[in-house]
Amino acid sequence: MGEGWGEAIMSTTAMPTNTKWWNGGRSPFNISYGKVMMWYFLMSDAFTFGAFLISYGTIRFSVNHWADPNEVFNAFPFAGHANLPLAFVSLMTFILIFSSVTMVLAVHEGHKMNRKGVEKYMILTIIGGIAFLACQAWEWTHMITGDHKVLVNGEIERWGTTVTKNPWGPHMMHNGEMVSTPGPIAFGGYFFGITGFHGFHVFSGVIINVVMLIKTRLKHFDQRGHYEMIEKAGLYWHFVDLVWVFVFLCFYLV
Amino acid sequence: MSSNVSSPEITHAPEHASGTGRIWKTFWVLSLLTVIELGLGYLLYWKHGQWGYAPVIITKLTIAVLTLLKAYYIVSIFMHLGDEIRNMIMTIIVPLLLFVWFIAAFLWDGNAWRNLRNTDAGSRPDQTEQHQKHVPAVDKDAKK
Repeated sequence: MGEGWGEAIMSTTAMPTNTKWWNGGRSPFNISYGKVMMWYFLMSDAFTFGAFLISYGTIRFSVNHWADPNEVFNAFPFAGHANLPLAFVSLMTFILIFSSVTMVLAVHEGHKMNRKGVEKYMILTIIGGIAFLACQAWEWTHMITGDHKVLVNGEIERWGTTVTKNPWGPHMMHNGEMVSTPGPIAFGGYFFGITGFHGFHVFSGVIINVVMLIKTRLKHFDQRGHYEMIEKAGLYWHFVDLVWVFVFLCFYLV
Repeated sequence: MSSNVSSPEITHAPEHASGTGRIWKTFWVLSLLTVIELGLGYLLYWKHGQWGYAPVIITKLTIAVLTLLKAYYIVSIFMHLGDEIRNMIMTIIVPLLLFVWFIAAFLWDGNAWRNLRNTDAGSRPDQTEQHQKHVPAVDKDAKK
């Protein structure tokens, strides 16, 4: 705590110690305007994501059958039709956790005013973000184009998973074969809507990180005397990881 | 005032640990929590159709608690909220407590809708369990 400040304020205004943060002349939260506003933006974004996920939960609680994630998300690139539940989404989770680590290391190098270090870790973070987006692109493509036998009005049809078709309903016997029936239509809309909104955040995060990398290379932050922009970009990037933790929980684990 | 203080209004910057030990420790904690979550997820998969309502719900709630723990580590260590002063922490955390009501009220409402549908608004007993028994698929949709 700045000793000189506290004593000066105390001697001139005689305010109780616990209100001195609010006497003016300093940030009461001891944090810059930009960082406070980034936090409040992230809080509002948390409510947006929260509203989406809670809406999804409400609909899921209101129906008797929901898609079984271990059945829906069991594919892995180049693994053919091997039944590998949770495997690919675990890879995506670890990619995002690791890119969070490289981001916080970039912030750490920024505190030390080490431009080369910031550049190195920003590049790694950007690679992580692009890897995650590539995984999501593969997953979506697999969901939309992979067709599954569904019993519709007594006939077998082949459905992909889209916002209008859900082939993951309850199973039943049909001509001696176990087939699926159409599931609640809301599944695709919620899955593509929420993972898409999250993916859009990852995409924006990658763009922001690229801009930060360029500004670092142009020595803008060295001229400014601090790397606080990297911290603000870092807050956004960690938030993207934070949201994924909950998307992972709500769509893939439970 | 050290060189990384970005505004004259900020009289003190949180002490940043000189090493990266804390960051890597948090990485391993997050990885471990994720592995435990995956283990519980696979447990649910293996026990699918064998477990009753209560063990499934307890396992899912455990996974949700582990998720909250991961969220705590990300926000506190990676986003450095734990290093800010108490007023700053409270201005973020207290509004988010609305989620407690938000989640409870809406999931409760969703469940109430299901009961209304299954019983025609209470005019008949709920027989969903008898004729909606889950039958696991034998053939994992052989494609094309």
